[in-house]
Amino acid sequence: MSLLLEPSAEQIEQEKIYQEMGVKDEEFEMIKKILGRLPNYTEIGLFSVMWSEHCSYKHSKAQLKKFPTEGERVLQGPGEGAGIIDIGDEQAVVFKMESHNHPSAIEPYQGAATGVGGILRDVFSMGARPVAIMNSLRFGELVKPRVKYLFEEVVAGIAGYGNCIGVPTVGGEVQFDPSYEGNPLVNAMCVGLIDHKDIQKGIASGAGNTVIYVGASTGKDGIHGATFASEEISDESESKRPSVQVGDPFMEKLLLEACLELVKCESLVGIQDMGAAGLTSSSAEMASKAGSGIEMNLDTVPQRELNMSPYEMMLSESQERMLLVVKQGEEKEIHDICSHWGLHSAEIGRVIDEQRLVLWHDGGKVADVPVDALAEDAPVYYPESREPEAFRKRQQQKAWRPDVSDAKETLTDLLKQPTIASKEWVYDQYDYMVRTNTAVLPGSDAAVLRVRGKDKALAMTTDCNARYLGLDPEQGGKIVIAEASRNIICSGGLPLGLTDCLNYGNPEKPEIYWQFEKSIDGMTEACKTLETPVIGGNVSLYNETQNGAIYPTPVVGMVGLIKELAHITTQEFKQPGDAVYIIGEAGEDFGGSEIQEMQTGSIDGRAPNLDLDTEYRRQRDVLKAIQEGMVQSAHDVSEGGLAVAIAESTFGTGLGAEAVIAGDVIDELFAETQSRYVISVTPENRKAFEQTVPDARYAGRVTEEATLHLLKESGETILQASAKELENAWKGAIPCLVKSKA
Amino acid sequence: MKFAVIVFPGSNCDDDMYYAIQEGLGEPVDKVWYTEESVADYDGILLPGGFSYGDYLRSGAIARFAPVMASVVEQAEKGKPVLGVCNGFQVLLEAGLLPGAMQRNRSLKFICRPARLVVANHETGFTSEYAGGERITIPVAHGEGNYYCDDETLRDLQANNQIVFTYEDNFNGSKEAIAGIVNKQGNVMGMMPHPERATDQILGSDDGLKIFQSILKQWRKSHVLTT
Repeated sequence: MSLLLEPSAEQIEQEKIYQEMGVKDEEFEMIKKILGRLPNYTEIGLFSVMWSEHCSYKHSKAQLKKFPTEGERVLQGPGEGAGIIDIGDEQAVVFKMESHNHPSAIEPYQGAATGVGGILRDVFSMGARPVAIMNSLRFGELVKPRVKYLFEEVVAGIAGYGNCIGVPTVGGEVQFDPSYEGNPLVNAMCVGLIDHKDIQKGIASGAGNTVIYVGASTGKDGIHGATFASEEISDESESKRPSVQVGDPFMEKLLLEACLELVKCESLVGIQDMGAAGLTSSSAEMASKAGSGIEMNLDTVPQRELNMSPYEMMLSESQERMLLVVKQGEEKEIHDICSHWGLHSAEIGRVIDEQRLVLWHDGGKVADVPVDALAEDAPVYYPESREPEAFRKRQQQKAWRPDVSDAKETLTDLLKQPTIASKEWVYDQYDYMVRTNTAVLPGSDAAVLRVRGKDKALAMTTDCNARYLGLDPEQGGKIVIAEASRNIICSGGLPLGLTDCLNYGNPEKPEIYWQFEKSIDGMTEACKTLETPVIGGNVSLYNETQNGAIYPTPVVGMVGLIKELAHITTQEFKQPGDAVYIIGEAGEDFGGSEIQEMQTGSIDGRAPNLDLDTEYRRQRDVLKAIQEGMVQSAHDVSEGGLAVAIAESTFGTGLGAEAVIAGDVIDELFAETQSRYVISVTPENRKAFEQTVPDARYAGRVTEEATLHLLKESGETILQASAKELENAWKGAIPCLVKSKA
Repeated sequence: MKFAVIVFPGSNCDDDMYYAIQEGLGEPVDKVWYTEESVADYDGILLPGGFSYGDYLRSGAIARFAPVMASVVEQAEKGKPVLGVCNGFQVLLEAGLLPGAMQRNRSLKFICRPARLVVANHETGFTSEYAGGERITIPVAHGEGNYYCDDETLRDLQANNQIVFTYEDNFNGSKEAIAGIVNKQGNVMGMMPHPERATDQILGSDDGLKIFQSILKQWRKSHVLTT
């Protein structure tokens, strides 16, 4: 819309034009009160994006406060581009996860690609070198052509961006469930490394200092992206395609290298990515954090098109842009670095004492609003929460039990379930080795990257079994944290902390808000017990279509520290003759299990049990055994249960296993009881291992012959299967589904 | 022996190549920015992988016009060893230092995996440390690694023993499963697999190190003779 056609302040009020931007009537009244007058078109635009759920967390803030965010290693908690945790040697790890669900639902390639681009900028704007990308993806069942299209394009988009910029995509998770049909989830995480001395903040302090714009020019793409991300997906969403940004990873590579040089400059005061709500959020937030204001002349903003209005420039979410604050008079150093990397850099404004965002355009003042009102004073809502009737009923139900007549067939079918099956088809498309630090490749419980030049490594994982949360958000919330830490432990690492990406339906519906509230309660309790602080994250609400809301899906990205390279552990069995141990016993935990979904086509009942104290004790025992060099392989029991976990431990090894299953065989093999592991140990370490991990039960041994042989205590065979056949079933499932015609 | 790693805007395996030389081989190495006019001071020239100029237009098509390339071509013609890996190979093809062209992988998807290779010619300055026919594991990571040349060129390559590496499993559809070739003179090699990613057991393989060791050995031989 050109400037001339913009509605007047009076029209905005009378015709309630603000509603189209997602601003509620009562919010409009607040804005009038803050300004002491009617907002003009540009100003209402600024408020609408900054007060959108995506930027202001207005429906989630009250709950997010519950998370533990501190710990002795935490250098930066929530509030900056990304959180930071100390890893010793004056180094720190910087990480954050963010959603790009709504754009990916309508334009999957660019939606996913720019999700990766955005999270990378969050990390390198802190001054850190990105060392790894991970992701967590959810799609509908891999049957309908539309779902296949979304799946293929999202993977291609992540690959296209990550491979080009040269940051390895080292792992993640993909799950398929009807609840995500039409509303896929695309959550991307970036992990970076930084020396303590280089840590940057997004602040705009020192009146008179210069505001410099670096990177791609501003175009009309992504306008109101943050607002779009804060509403439900409907038939009209297709018309919001212009809200989706277009990525240029080549530009981002140049920006990345330039920024890592810029952060070493004394003249740099602050730096922030122009992400959601672009120039508006970066300028308002930097000024608000510093207790100052910013004045900008929009005529000097690099523009891709002629006649862009202030509204469009301020709300554009064009990618690959960064906002800097630089000491007055020292701008040349900054411009020189940018020009070396072939980037535009333009002086577009200055820091002012008054805590206001003042915008000039074409010789006139086009906006003048308090920065805190934009960045801090969005209303906080305490939506109504109501426990669903169905939940109460589920708690009373008798536990469902699967029908298993042939254990081998059941196991083979489980291995073919897309959520369990090999994701090689996906990660084959990601460059997971560039930068030559990837020590444990995708497909293991956690990815592991060495820290170059040091005898230590980082372990990282993304996790969330949303089915459990669908049944019981509180219990499911606990399990998410426990499972993520277990994955870090299995790789030989100590969990350091986590970032989260909280994906839910419409919080204004009481039963959805109840899910949100309860799952945060569960996660909080688990984070406290398992000593994993939350150092940042992102909330994505309104993940709903006409068919209802997604399962509550709080994805967790956790990072751990492996103290010595020798501690790096993988899930595969290593040599014949090694002893196989099973830690933990199973109960009737089939609610939300893979086998329940497979056999009944839906989920019901109670989520699996989890005792956090037992979880913590076993984690520390297993880690101690690994650190003392007793463990050959470690794998946690998750989706599909123990049989799947033992089978997976043989994959890629050419080895087999023979194990005795004690107790109820169906429960033991297929239930998804928590806090369980499959571990192999050399024969000479058996005694020491049993002392270190008292909950471990000796079950059998790794065999030269590539057969999986499970027996009852009586010696009767439960199942005997070729490990190669099982592996082929597991490997072939996804390529087969993608290729098959619906 | 002093190496240059050429850095184009968008190169992203330059650090990996740098460390392979510095840590893996233990020789001096500099990163040389694409605007430099001369690489005459270096004994070996390495063109790393990545997406030079975003691979826009066509992979390697813009990089070949970068200012530094005139000197790279000049030094190649003087007989200095030049190795192009992945995007570096694509640049060498575009620059006409090696014959043929790259098409998109047969699957039309990017492929990243440890690849099994056959050393088809171990009598080059890049492969003398391998045994003839040796099977090695070196990772690949490319979207356009499907090597193509016309039949006449292929006959030339075969007649002159210019095919250096082939894929055991021709996953990207390359003509005759070609993974790497040298020029007639034997001093310019291009290969899609990344030897710099296979220089340390912790990364899964150190099979790539022998390429750099071969280059060094060759240089030492000629260096002793000429001084």
